[in-house]
Amino acid sequence: MFRTTVLLLSLAGLSAMPGFLYAQGMGKIAGNEFNPAVSLILEGRYTDLDNSELELPGFQPGGEAGLPEKGFSMGHNELVISANVDDKFYGQLTAPILYENNETTIELEEAFMETLGLGHGATVRGGKFYSGIGYLNAVHDHAHDFADRPLVYDALVGGHLNDTGVQLRWVAPTAWYLNLGAEVTTGSEFPGGENEDNNNGMALFAKTGGDISVSASWQLGVSYYSTEFASREAGGHAHGGETAEADNELLDGEVDMAGIDFVYKWAPNGNSRQTNFKFQAEYFVRDEDGHSEFTEGSDSATADYTGEQTGFYMQGVYQFMPAWRVGLRYDRLEADNTITNFSGTNIDQEEYLEESGLGSEAKDPERYSVMVDYSPSHFSLLRLQYSELDNGREKNDMLMLQYIMSLGAHGAHRY
Amino acid sequence: MNKRNRLLSVPLFALLSVMAGQGVAKVDILACEPEWAALAEELGRDRVSVVSATTAYQDPHHIEARPSLIARARNADLVTCTGAELEVGWLPLLLRQSGNTRIQQGKPGYFLASEQVPLLETLEKVDRSMGDIHAAGNPHVHLDPYRLLDIAEALTQRLKTIDESNRQYYQDNFDRFADQWQAAIKEWERKAEELRGKKAIVQHRSWSYLLTWLGIDVLADLEPRPGLPPTSGHLAKLLETTEKTPPDFILIASYQNDRGAQWLARRSEAPLVSLPYTVGGNERAQDLFSLYNNTLELLLAEIEDD
Repeated sequence: MFRTTVLLLSLAGLSAMPGFLYAQGMGKIAGNEFNPAVSLILEGRYTDLDNSELELPGFQPGGEAGLPEKGFSMGHNELVISANVDDKFYGQLTAPILYENNETTIELEEAFMETLGLGHGATVRGGKFYSGIGYLNAVHDHAHDFADRPLVYDALVGGHLNDTGVQLRWVAPTAWYLNLGAEVTTGSEFPGGENEDNNNGMALFAKTGGDISVSASWQLGVSYYSTEFASREAGGHAHGGETAEADNELLDGEVDMAGIDFVYKWAPNGNSRQTNFKFQAEYFVRDEDGHSEFTEGSDSATADYTGEQTGFYMQGVYQFMPAWRVGLRYDRLEADNTITNFSGTNIDQEEYLEESGLGSEAKDPERYSVMVDYSPSHFSLLRLQYSELDNGREKNDMLMLQYIMSLGAHGAHRY
Repeated sequence: MNKRNRLLSVPLFALLSVMAGQGVAKVDILACEPEWAALAEELGRDRVSVVSATTAYQDPHHIEARPSLIARARNADLVTCTGAELEVGWLPLLLRQSGNTRIQQGKPGYFLASEQVPLLETLEKVDRSMGDIHAAGNPHVHLDPYRLLDIAEALTQRLKTIDESNRQYYQDNFDRFADQWQAAIKEWERKAEELRGKKAIVQHRSWSYLLTWLGIDVLADLEPRPGLPPTSGHLAKLLETTEKTPPDFILIASYQNDRGAQWLARRSEAPLVSLPYTVGGNERAQDLFSLYNNTLELLLAEIEDD
């Protein structure tokens, strides 16, 4: 019912656009002189870390969650092309070119069209896009303030919730900011999985915010995501060497997720040029269940699984002089998983829990990160970051040096 | 299913309660900078409601599409901005996020001042190594009174298009403003005669239109490249320049960091003049007339001191 409503509303909106364009061709299109605006992000890094696999006991890894390769590696070298298509539509494509293990792949990160002509505060977006849930979900990694994503994003949505579908947004005609959004998506991307109709994903979000004074502003958001799936692949705890790759599946599952996010920004007189400060925090809770099937070589097990998992991070970034910033971040996760009807062949419940990623430790995973970055202009950035991850089983240090360069069209200053 | 229905009822309730409170008579204007807010006030008076997205103490190039601005853009009938890429980092994003058809590019509600007049310092070829530079030309047009008057006329036409029932009202306001402005230009030019041929060191290209109008020569720029803060090496070079040709003033805007300018002023003994740059840039610059009056007073005060 909900899905149909969003789709019908979107269609109704599209057909109701006025066919009127004032003085066609007058004026130059700002931000669009290259028509389309083309920009290229270059990202590379050097990483010093103990263990190059991201293990978060209690969480089945999925999506893009992971750690960078040891030593030198390429990040997301990303091509972004965008333009107003005409007076009614805007289009954007983001395609990272990845280079890992001596292999080059091109990914379609985002490719969507969006309406410009609906009016009444409404916008419809269609295609593949980062969901509007949370604060950081829709922000590309190269625009993050740290070299890696908060743990809660890696653990619960596989980096970003990024799916194909339709998004409907509405900004209320009020003096204070209220933005409501709804999405219907395939639901096949992590933390969802394959489903027969390929439309089981549903997201809702609301954002509000404003200015506290000329120097300070804030934004608060709440979001909800749910999907049902027939099967979902998860990485689990992989072993290298001769052992056969684990087959770790969740069948007939359901995921519900809710989150709250908050951002506060301060700059003296609102002039962020010299010094500024930014605080952000996000909290997510995810309930999921399903029938787990695990196979690794001759070992196999099945069980019914119910998980209640939460995670949050908070971070502060301070620009103490032009071009220079320092930041501190704290991450924490908690998993409360219940396994019933366990039955195993050559494997006991203890081992199954560890290998499938569903077993949590007595100690919750947490991480401290500190970074300093230098950005002489809008277009270049060098960053040094140190993090210490204690996943409950073991501690891992990571030191990363990163560059991010932006060529071409001027990027957008989003809040 | 129950849980979903409950979740859905929140946005639906918000929608209904908001729709009930609509009905605004005034033309709602979002100006990107205080000078265009001031101009819209002059021309629209009590038929318009004007908000400026930035203050005189903010660099209009370094603004984000923050929540309060999206809310204002959502309800605006008209956005009046500088253009020429000055707001390129946030205006296109703000327009897209607003969901407001009236202010999209090409619509009557989208007004860029720099498109109404010829610009100085247009470039054939632009490279980012040149700094924060605008291929379309220097965007800081509001400090040339003649260009400002042309922009005022174009903005009046736009107001008449948007709010047809008050056409005569806007025309009368413009006629009155134009008379007063032209009289003021005569007075300013009479006073500014003494400034002709003086030499200035500037910070950023914010002053090109003002100085061209007043006939003041630019000796050098404190920024090694536009938009980049002064470096010690560059300042040392500037000090040499001032020894050869002593400047009559070092000009900075009240929103700019004055560290480099202070240093140079101390070493070269050239007077440092902090100008309001736009409306609200100091206590005396409260509208367009007092902005120009105060700017000229501050410049003339330095000449008279000598």
